[in-house]
Parts: sequence; C-alpha cells; structure tokens
Amino acid sequence: MNLGNYTDHAGEWLRGAGPHSDIVISSRVRLARNIAGFPFVGRASQRQRHEVLAICKERIVSDRLAPNILWVDLPQSSALDRQLLVERHLISRQHASASDDAPRAVAVGADETFAIMVNEEDHLRMQVLRSGLQLSEAFDQINRIDDILEDHIDYAYAKRFGYLTACPTNVGTGLRVSVMLHLPALKITGEIDKVRRAARDMHLAVRGLFGEGSEALGDLYQISNQTTLGKCEEEVLADFQNTIVPQIIAYEQQARQALMRHREAEFDDKLWRAWAVLTHARVMGGEEVLSLLSHLRLAVNLGRVNRTDIRTINELFLLTQSAHLQKISGCEMDAPTRRAARARLLRQRLGGNAEQS
Amino acid sequence: MSLESDTILTATPRLPHRGQVLKRKCDRCARPATHHSVEIIKGQKIEKHLCDQHASEEGLAIKSIHTPINELLTNFVKVHSGEEPDRPAGGGVCESCGMTFAKFRKDSVLGCPDCYKAFEQLLSNLLERAHEGGTHHIGKVPRRAGAGEQRQAMLMRMRKQLNAAVVGEDYELAARLRDDINRFEEEPS
Repeated sequence: MNLGNYTDHAGEWLRGAGPHSDIVISSRVRLARNIAGFPFVGRASQRQRHEVLAICKERIVSDRLAPNILWVDLPQSSALDRQLLVERHLISRQHASASDDAPRAVAVGADETFAIMVNEEDHLRMQVLRSGLQLSEAFDQINRIDDILEDHIDYAYAKRFGYLTACPTNVGTGLRVSVMLHLPALKITGEIDKVRRAARDMHLAVRGLFGEGSEALGDLYQISNQTTLGKCEEEVLADFQNTIVPQIIAYEQQARQALMRHREAEFDDKLWRAWAVLTHARVMGGEEVLSLLSHLRLAVNLGRVNRTDIRTINELFLLTQSAHLQKISGCEMDAPTRRAARARLLRQRLGGNAEQS
Repeated sequence: MSLESDTILTATPRLPHRGQVLKRKCDRCARPATHHSVEIIKGQKIEKHLCDQHASEEGLAIKSIHTPINELLTNFVKVHSGEEPDRPAGGGVCESCGMTFAKFRKDSVLGCPDCYKAFEQLLSNLLERAHEGGTHHIGKVPRRAGAGEQRQAMLMRMRKQLNAAVVGEDYELAARLRDDINRFEEEPS
C-alpha cells in the first residue's frame, strides 16, 4: 500500500480555499448504501462480507469512476496506516479499529476528494469532502459516483423507506451533510452554547473534529443533518447552504467584531501568545497544539498576525497529529518523542528558528 | 382553487439572531419565547410566540424533539419492552435473517433489508420521531426501481413544496405548484 505521499501535504479539503473558507473549513456529503440480497454488515457471515467486498472492488476500481483510485485492504494494513487514514478523514474510527479479520476496505480518489468505505456499518459509505462551503459541488460529485455504481449494483431499496440502511437513523436518502466550522470567537465569548442549543432544536448534530463522541478540539465543530426520511436531498442541502451555515457565519463574525471592539488588548495578547508559543516551544502536546493553531488561524484571518498563511495553518492541524508525525519521521515514536517532534515541525513550518536555543 | 380554508400550523425553533428572536418574550409569561408559529385561518394570519412550557400546553411543541437519538432509542425500548412477551412469536422476528426486535433494541442496527418489512409497524413510531415526522421517502429513486416509483417520489416532493409555499404565504407560487401537480397527474405514466 502506498500512503507515502500522504505525509507531505494535506488533502484538498484543507486547502483553505473555497467560499467562506475563513470560517468554513470543509463541506462533506456522505451516502449510505447496501447491496440487495445480502444481510447488513453486522449480520453477514465472513463469506458474505468477502463477497460484498469483491463486488464493490470490481465496480469501484475502474476508470469509469475515476482514474488512479487507491484501494486499501484494511486488515492487511498497519495500525499506524489506519490511524493516518482516520486523521485524514478518509475512514471512521470504527472502520479503523474493527477486528483484524473483518473483511473491509477503503477506496480513495486521487486528490482525496472522495472516499468509499466498504463493509463499515453499511456495505457502502461514500463521501465527498471539499474545502470551504461547496455543498452542491460535493453533492453533484457523490451523486455521479452513486449513479455509476448503481448501473451495476442492485441497491437495497423500498418504496416507502427509500435506501435501506443498517441503522434506521440513516434510512431514506442515506444522506449526511456536514460542514466543519472554525468558531473560535464564539468559544471565547461563551456564545457557542447558544449555537449548540439552536442546532439541536433544528435537528442538527454538533460534533467535534473527529465526529461522534469527539471533543471540539481546536474550536472546530462539525454540524450535520439527522433527518434522512421525508426530506429530499435538495431540501437538506438548501437548508445548509442558504440558512444554517450563513447564520452561524454571521454569528461568528459578530463575535469577532465584538472582541476586537471591546477587548482589543486582551484579544491581541491571546493571538500573539499563540504565535509565540507555536514558534518557540520545545515540547508540544496534541491537544495544546490544536487550541493554539485555532487562535493563530483566527489571528491570520483577522489580519492581526501576518507572518504565515491559512493554508499552512490548516495543514499543521493535520501534520501535527500522532500518525502523521510518525509517518513524517519514518519511525514509531513514544509520546514524549512525539511532543518534541511536534514542536520541531511547528518551528520549521512557521519559519521560527528551528534549532536555535 | 381556494386556499382560504386551509389551516396551517408550524412550530419552528429558530437559530438565534442577536437581539431579535432571543429577546422575544412568551405571549403568556416573561420567559423567552422558543416556539414561533403562524396560523392562517380563513385568510387571517395569527402569530404566536411561546416558551417551552406554554408551547407544549398549546400542543405546539410536540414536533420539537430535544432528545438525542440514542436516548430516543432507549426510551423507545422501554415503552415497548412491556409488550414483548405477549407478542406472537412471528411478530418479533425477521424471517430472512433471524433478527429479533429485542436484539435490534439492544444494538440499534437491523439485520437485513427485509427487517424493515418485518418490523414495519414497530419501527414506524421510532422513524417518525427520529426524522422530524418523516414517514415516507421522497428523495432519490434508483433508476432501476422503475419509472412508477420515480413518479411517486416526484409527486410527493411537489406536494411538500406546495405545503411549504402555503405556509410561507406565497400564494402565487402555491397556485403555480397546484397547476403543476394537476398537469403531472394527468400525464400518462
């Protein structure tokens, strides 16, 4: 398996481009599909899972879908490689940590904009991930992939319930739309709880950087729909694109303006301290780095600090995580070694003096 | 066509706008209003702004679910667990994969596509609550499912749009949609 070139750059979704990329890190759409005639993954025998895997591989790894698709058999890959894929948001934690003999895989498009997990909770979980607010573009791409696969695969589908999924919370369209938002000012002003409450009232889920159960490290929040039955795809997308996301963006922008107006010195101090620590620390923890990078990202977006750019910061969110650090160094490292390597990488990438004491 | 007699009720929790929705007080007490509804009766528009308690007294808050899905499943389990022993043997098992409803309640995942048929009645209530009242699919239809089903889904989408237009008081759009639906229904399938 060649994941080698995954260590020197981030995927397209962290490019820091696209509409509203100061606040919207990325847009993701996911479809859940199952093959008719097979039990869902949890109840399928080992033989049936192998069969599903073979059917999917044949249809996915073809030039009709996209050239140069990378197919990764997960039971055969190392724990570190699987962790790398989790950090790049190409597979779920659940998919990475399933038992060693569970037949499962992931197919990844050349620029990492799309990934298809096979035999996760559903036979097929396909996603498109793009930078900034690009939901309709992302949906068009995933819909095309779905159409191509559907030409040769009979999906489990029923008139009343739509696409049938293992968990009834996904049944219907099988569509999960989620946007990752950077909301540091709402966090600082304590107004983030209002957003959480409002989102819950609107039937939206709010999760952290790594989805289900993860904390909102680095002030990164993923907001996604929970309703998949009784609403069509376009309706869900339009809600996000025209209502939900613009409102949260406006709310974050107001909080940023308020901080600059009313607490300028204190606010600037916080931002410059983030820069100072990131460029001079000798040991750096995995959670600390996310919170400092969050403040630095805010500082650059507001033009308060201009010694680096958004793309570099976005990449550092990824490259400073454990599996990436170890892949970059080319060896496995214990926690203290990783903390030193993380600090070194930050000094290099942010242009601080790497080895000067 | 007349929409005059239609009564439409919506209770939509909204994202707070600074100083607007948040500061609005309940019509009946001093608490902030969390439910906002517009009712149209014989062309008369009546707005209501209520807090959680008064909204539920008025029956407005029924559709607003604050419960995360896991809790929903667990509660659902509790409600139904009393009935299980009396259920006839066939009712709780999917004949295709052998999945039981009891096991589904424990794991929250079904065994196979046929489970939806086997447990259709038991699932309806849960689905409705998990999907904001949604009971039927109106989204994409696989091309292989045939033209008939695609027509059905299209019709349901159009009817939903019509309803939204009426709620939003866009009667011009509503009239146009009504005509579209009539035309669509008359087309040979």
